[in-house]
Amino acid sequence: MGYTLKMRIWRGDQGGGDLGDYDVEVSEGEVVLDAIHRVQATQAGDLAVRWNCKAGKCGSCSAEVNGRPRLMCMTRLSDFDPAETVTVTPMRSFPVIRDLVTDVSFNYEKARELPSFAPPPRDADGKRRMAQVDVERGQEFRKCIECFLCQDTCHVIRDHEDNKPAFAGPRFFLRYAELDMHPLDTHDRRALAQGAAGLGMCNITKCCTEVCPEGIRITDNAIIPMKERVVDRKYDPLVWLGSKIGLRNRDNDGRSEA
Amino acid sequence: MGDRHPMTGNEMSGAEAGGMERHRYDVVVVGAGGAGLRAAIAAHEAGARTAIVCKSLLGKAHTVMAEGGIAAAMGNRWPEDNWEVHFRDTMRGGKMLNNWRMAQLHAQEAPERVLELEDWGALFDRTDDGLISQRDFGGHRYARLAHVGDRTGLEMIRTLQQRAVALGIDVFMECTVTELLKVDGAIAGAFAYWRETGRFVVFEAPSVVLATGGIGKSFKVTSNSWEYTGDGHALALRAGAALINMEFVQFHPTGMVWPPSVKGLLVTESVRGDGGILTNSEGKRFMFDYIPEYFRDETADTVEEADRWYEDKKNNRRPPELLPRDEVARAINSEIKAGRGTPHGGIYLDIASRRSPDFIRKRLPSMYHQFKELADVDITQEPMEIGPTCHYVMGGIEVDADTELSAVPGLYAVGECSGGMHGSNRLGGNSLSDLLVFGRRAGEAAASYCVSLGEGRPAVRAEDVKAAERDALAPFEVATGPGGGTENPYTIQQDLQQSMNDLVGIIRTRPELERSLEELRRLRERARRMTVEGHRQYNPGWHLALDLRNMLLVSECIARAALEREESRGGHTRDDFPGPSPEWGAKNLVLRLAADGSAVDLAHQPLPVMPDELKKFFE
Repeated sequence: MGYTLKMRIWRGDQGGGDLGDYDVEVSEGEVVLDAIHRVQATQAGDLAVRWNCKAGKCGSCSAEVNGRPRLMCMTRLSDFDPAETVTVTPMRSFPVIRDLVTDVSFNYEKARELPSFAPPPRDADGKRRMAQVDVERGQEFRKCIECFLCQDTCHVIRDHEDNKPAFAGPRFFLRYAELDMHPLDTHDRRALAQGAAGLGMCNITKCCTEVCPEGIRITDNAIIPMKERVVDRKYDPLVWLGSKIGLRNRDNDGRSEA
Repeated sequence: MGDRHPMTGNEMSGAEAGGMERHRYDVVVVGAGGAGLRAAIAAHEAGARTAIVCKSLLGKAHTVMAEGGIAAAMGNRWPEDNWEVHFRDTMRGGKMLNNWRMAQLHAQEAPERVLELEDWGALFDRTDDGLISQRDFGGHRYARLAHVGDRTGLEMIRTLQQRAVALGIDVFMECTVTELLKVDGAIAGAFAYWRETGRFVVFEAPSVVLATGGIGKSFKVTSNSWEYTGDGHALALRAGAALINMEFVQFHPTGMVWPPSVKGLLVTESVRGDGGILTNSEGKRFMFDYIPEYFRDETADTVEEADRWYEDKKNNRRPPELLPRDEVARAINSEIKAGRGTPHGGIYLDIASRRSPDFIRKRLPSMYHQFKELADVDITQEPMEIGPTCHYVMGGIEVDADTELSAVPGLYAVGECSGGMHGSNRLGGNSLSDLLVFGRRAGEAAASYCVSLGEGRPAVRAEDVKAAERDALAPFEVATGPGGGTENPYTIQQDLQQSMNDLVGIIRTRPELERSLEELRRLRERARRMTVEGHRQYNPGWHLALDLRNMLLVSECIARAALEREESRGGHTRDDFPGPSPEWGAKNLVLRLAADGSAVDLAHQPLPVMPDELKKFFE
């Protein structure tokens, strides 16, 4: 069942690097991360790779396998022909630190720019009440394991480094949508999503949805509804007229601009 | 902050004196799992200048792996539930070896800690009334675990992470603490290195909260991630604090057994909580054969009663699949040993024949995903193959129940790296609540200690920093020294894991434990000849070499305590002493590092005495 896998692994740092060739013994049921670990343990003790849970739950071992953004721990070797060379490179949208490890601090900066959840006071008995059907929309988005593969694949920043300051990326559109759909949140983040986060730059090519290891429908369920809500607020003539003549808009009930 | 990147520390401040980065804080929290984040939030809210230092990126800590839920007697499904019932379940689950005060505080404060998460944005599953839903779990009398499908840990860590970010707490990611710095017996700071650059950083802080998690990576078959190398346990020992209950290691009954590369990966107890059963290769639902005397009165003895319990808890007793984890793990182990295992050496865990595919996909989405992706098994159609896996260490740093203060002034410990709360066996769901309850307490205590010091803060001594630097670089030196360069840290780790698994595993005997101590001595020898390739920049070989020191020290504590305790109780089963003994049930084993650091000292210590008003729950 075991065989020798031919691998090409990118080795290098900020100064540059190259693909290195490695032959490694692998066996049935193994994933790309197993092969990387074996290279590390037997051939290249200093091969840098980020990983934690090895179960698709923490989102640490993101890389590009044969050019495709993947979690190495969830990419099974049985998906490849044993004769095929498997090439592993670091995520391209982020600056490389060393080997397969990249500087993902862009994502942590964007997270800080996002106003947090702002609930009203609890009910009289000290608890809160929400319907299951209402929390499920947000729960889909909270499945996100922050692997940043959606950010990696998004061409708005992948191919245009200069867009980074003005663009939060799919992971954070997900977060805006989650808070916007939270049954109890009191902030209206629509202006912010469109302005500072650059939601308008997304042209819904769905690349992010395709690479999401959690199967979150980022484009259909988060980005498009969010875009619609931004547009409603800004361009819907009835909403505009309503706001001019002081008509009550239920969408603004209990919410204020963040 | 020098040139350090505001969030990740990715830049270095080379201009600092001696190239060494220094930071001053009131409270430094080591670890960014549930316990560390909750402690940091509490310290920050109490007004302390707080930093979080963690080995991985923020949000990746092992808490993310927790699946089932947070145990808290909120009474949302069963109004009969309250802290007293939860307290009793916890103590009985731990076979009465728990620190009663910790178990009491935990049961009393858990509900408010869960509601707090909801204030910060957590989206728990709901009951029909819109309240937080609660699910059944082993050892809990009522459905008590607040949950989000089977990814509760992810929800918890994300909520706490987002809270910490919103509060603007400084986070030093991918930064590993290798030594605690002390002056006149009290904490003065901590010494660490950046994983990215390999350069050193000194934290000057009078309070350090250890929240580093467990030790599972010293075992071959484990549900734990690479970070679980017992860092906090070892740091505390070296700083002069004590460890208790180290012989108690929890083997979770249900880990994956196939394919080999995921062997040990956790299969949540929720599968059983939601109706799953255990069967052997003969198709027999065998848990009915393993009901211990201690739990006989509260466990169903027929299939009919067990199945009725899910709907009617008042008139039926709990299915034996939901006995505490130690009981179920031992039963599974016996069945496999008796030759009634599955083709891959496990036991069947079957929910496919018990619940509808829709129910399974909704309640256990990540289990469905995990088996589908990693084992080609559709759990809505066929049973899973599972077996015991090293999951949790009950033992840890001995702390004061109310403040989580260790024997060292300024040093606090919380979560899995602390000891006492869970006694000899932890109930599922009690870990996440433990992190929250004691994380908050530790953070507040650490902040107030800092205030009490006023201007009289201990100042880090230059020679201690030098010594820590020397120790951290030692693995590079070894290779060039005499006899050096012949060992590789990865091989030593593999051999350690194999020997702990074989000799200090789920069933233990004197000869094997003695052999394990001999093996550990040999491994320590080999570690002295270990070589590390390459340079200091993001070098996993070097990182492992440093972690190995901790793993070897803590493994020795486990083996020593396991050899000493001549009885079977909770997560410690001795084949040569099969039953519990009342004499052993009245004491803890305490481990300290000898003054010269050369050996581990072991002592017996009586349990704290429970007051009469709590004793009445057990009459």
